Amino acid sequence: MFQRDTLNSELSFFQKIKEMDYTLLICITLLSIISLLVMYSTDGGEILFHTKSHFSKLAVFFPLMIFIAFFNIRYWHTFAYLFYLLIILLLLYVSFFGLKSSGSQRWMDLYLFVLQPSELMKIAIILCLAKYYHRIKVENVNSLTSIILVLSIIIIPTIFVISQPDLGTSILIVLSGLIVLWLGGVRIKYFVYSFVTFLISLPFIISFLKPYQKLRILTFLDPDRDPLGAGYQIIQSKIAIGSGGLDGKGFLKGTQSYLDFLPEKHTDFIFTLFSEEFGFIGSVGLLILYTIIIFRIIRIGALSRSNFSKLFCFSFAFSIFIYIVVNLSMVLGLLPIVGSPLPIMSYGGSSMLATMIGFGIVLSAKINHKQIIA
Amino acid sequence: MIKENLGIRKSDVINRRMFIVGAAKIVVFVGIVARLFSLQINENKKYLTLSDKNRIREWKLPPTRGNIVDYFGNIIAGNLKVYQLHIIPEQVENFNYLLVRLKTLLNLSDKKIQKIVNLKNKLKPWDSIIVSENLSWSQFLKVNNYLYDLVGVKPVMTISRNYPYSEMYTHVLGYVSQPNEEEILENEIVKERFVPGMKIGKLGLEKTLENQLIGTNAIQRYEVNAYGKRINQLEHQKGLQGSKIRLTLDTEVQKLSAQLLSNKAGSISVMDIYTGDVIAMYSSPSYDPNLFLFGISQDEWQLIRNNPLKPLINKTLSGLYSPGSTIKPIVALSALENNIINPNFKVKCTGKTELYGQTFHCWKEKGHGFVSLKNAMKQSCDTYFYEIARLLGVDRLNVTAKKFGLGEKVLGEYFDNEKRGLFPNTNWKKNNLGRGWVLGETLITGIGQGYTQTTPLQLCLMTAQIANGGYKIKPKIIVNDDPLTLEDVKKSMELQSLQKPYTKLFNDSKNIKIVQEAMFSSTNEQFGTSYRSRIDDPKYQFAGKTGTSQVKRISKRERELDLKLEQIPYKDRDHALYVAYGPYKNPRYALSIIVEHGGSGSKAAAPMAKELFKLIIDRDELRNKQSNFENINI
Repeated sequence: MFQRDTLNSELSFFQKIKEMDYTLLICITLLSIISLLVMYSTDGGEILFHTKSHFSKLAVFFPLMIFIAFFNIRYWHTFAYLFYLLIILLLLYVSFFGLKSSGSQRWMDLYLFVLQPSELMKIAIILCLAKYYHRIKVENVNSLTSIILVLSIIIIPTIFVISQPDLGTSILIVLSGLIVLWLGGVRIKYFVYSFVTFLISLPFIISFLKPYQKLRILTFLDPDRDPLGAGYQIIQSKIAIGSGGLDGKGFLKGTQSYLDFLPEKHTDFIFTLFSEEFGFIGSVGLLILYTIIIFRIIRIGALSRSNFSKLFCFSFAFSIFIYIVVNLSMVLGLLPIVGSPLPIMSYGGSSMLATMIGFGIVLSAKINHKQIIA
Repeated sequence: MIKENLGIRKSDVINRRMFIVGAAKIVVFVGIVARLFSLQINENKKYLTLSDKNRIREWKLPPTRGNIVDYFGNIIAGNLKVYQLHIIPEQVENFNYLLVRLKTLLNLSDKKIQKIVNLKNKLKPWDSIIVSENLSWSQFLKVNNYLYDLVGVKPVMTISRNYPYSEMYTHVLGYVSQPNEEEILENEIVKERFVPGMKIGKLGLEKTLENQLIGTNAIQRYEVNAYGKRINQLEHQKGLQGSKIRLTLDTEVQKLSAQLLSNKAGSISVMDIYTGDVIAMYSSPSYDPNLFLFGISQDEWQLIRNNPLKPLINKTLSGLYSPGSTIKPIVALSALENNIINPNFKVKCTGKTELYGQTFHCWKEKGHGFVSLKNAMKQSCDTYFYEIARLLGVDRLNVTAKKFGLGEKVLGEYFDNEKRGLFPNTNWKKNNLGRGWVLGETLITGIGQGYTQTTPLQLCLMTAQIANGGYKIKPKIIVNDDPLTLEDVKKSMELQSLQKPYTKLFNDSKNIKIVQEAMFSSTNEQFGTSYRSRIDDPKYQFAGKTGTSQVKRISKRERELDLKLEQIPYKDRDHALYVAYGPYKNPRYALSIIVEHGGSGSKAAAPMAKELFKLIIDRDELRNKQSNFENINI
């Protein structure tokens, strides 16, 4: 049966090329180029370690995205649960044998590069839940068993990731999962109830936070509390962005980054450097680029005939949006500092890998948008 | 069919819910753009300033002090290039090797090496360590020769204070040195301009004129990174050198004074009797102020401190001496002014006077016989002055002495170590010693002994004011923009007509004339106490009064022994004094000389006046030509 389905529904290579979403592809390419230029600037205008490494990752993961795009999205439907379980196993592995770095244990060494399974979980959880809501009958969506099941699917990886500890990624995993629940039709009142419960239990949650995480929240509330210590990052970040002005200080001329005032400029604070050098115009331009990507993905979801594709595209578009919002709010001083990368722009292989896989699935959904998945 | 229906319903749910999320997304993105706008457009200035504050750091350099020049424009306190050696630790490859090399090259002590190591551990690796503040030229050359081997060493040229006449002007100028914390805090300007390595005036004019001399900092702006390391230099803002100060002093006269007083303790002051310009002011012995610039060594300091001739004391201003017979012109003037005597008043001197059973001796044991005022002054007859002092009373004498500047600071605003001295009266004694005045004290006050204490500069001013005909002058050591010429001053004194009339210090100008003549005879007539030091040439001819001030009461036995100077222990020898003015016909300059423990004024002090007047009067013409400051090129 599997064999026959494949043969019957498969498009020819040229049909696939014709059905490819070129607008999205161009936007992703543009984003990749910008990310390379910015990485070049973080290296002080030289092609050094970060630029080279970022380039080689793009060189592997961009073709991977295209490769995935040409695969029928059906396979992702077929293997969604397996993929989710595989990542759970990796998280389990990491929690025992993972590499430690600056107090947390999140990575596994794959010789060629270091993988952070929690980043892949952001995609896996969407796939898993999308398949679940694709298959479940509408009348069963709000049954108790169903709710308990989907909540477990979200909570299990979250516990692993929180214990690494990695608050930022676990929040993103939870939000990525919740959006599928929302789209799947879980009653709005459940969301309202659980949001209220969350607010009430917030003090207890805070009491379970690690001291450094509590410090971050305090620092967010008042960055000038300790301007050279905990508040330093956010103060310097705001200075960099604010001093960029309308049109920025110019490419390679961001003094805040060039003179090392910006911490984490390659990863979580990459937008700060971009915004300092390209100003308000550049920043809004980048946001527009992201917006086009997001709406393009939503459009593909809307075009898709299968609910699996719809659920995946909408959820993925939302999680991309959430990554951006969390990251920008953090560097703009609107949210406490939680480690969360800016998709494609930030240095870091796993995040890029996850994003590219997501893009690949989305492109595949576009190519196979007429496909009905049983 | 049912299944399909359900499927459509499901996708409806998905689409509807997607629409809600999509709307929320737009709102959030608009919020983020608004935040960007507020940071980058509205608050751009604020953050731009903060960013500049981050990256730009200013380094203040020590200001260059203003020069101090003498009347003729010779630099007496200037600035010199000095060669320094700095180590920049981050550039050093092997610190221990470098220290060993430097130690042998520059003969550094182990203590110094330890100091460098301590500094290195304290400072950031790019902060330079000063190994030597003042390298000699040969050391500098040596280091430059081996520079290839001394990685991380930087020879630096900088500017330091320099006193080219070394000890000649120490008591006038003082010196500069590293300030301590208190000294930085108490002066606002110093506090603001202080940078490590800067030196401030510790004494003398360098201290009192600090705010004029100090100059402003040069400022270097550097771009620095987050760790404070300089990345590149942005601009250099030059500092202004401090104001140039021109003194009234004449280096040649100062030099001669130093020469005359060499190996002696004492003081010479010379003053212009009309303008009040101090032409020379030398206290002997002196010391080299250059020693203090880079921190004086313990040995050198002990040598200065323990010198029995007390080089640290500015004797001209802070040395207090009994004026001895040099007070007699004032006593005579006071008696004349108060109509106690007339010039023909005579007293018989038998060598001593008895008063209430106490004997008061004249210096001449055999006595002078009948003496008039002129002869009494000429031969410095003590008996005569005992008698007129007794008739006059100390209170009236005090009034005259005060008028002529005794008991008051002469240059008080410029020297915080200047002493007021003392001229007693009955009230003073009652208030300060709690006992009544005794007539015998009036007698010894009349010959300048007893409670009276004067500084050499006060005696010089007193003489100047007698010489100019009895007018009050304002002594000064710094050339100011006083527009009055010498002729103006003279006219003003005679006619009392100009806007700034000079205070008359007398009632009858004849009385001043009588005193002047008496001083003339003391120097230029036979049997005068300083007759041997006279100059006959009217161009240089001067009038003066000797003084010998007892350090210790002479016992009867000692008086009978009539010991020679060499036979008395140094500490017990009398101070020799001389005050004079010249040229007699058309006076212009007054001076006072004190030689501590020099014996008699006529032997030890008066001969110096002869030398001095020759030089001073020879330079008079030059000095008059030099009055316009703007014409001097330095």
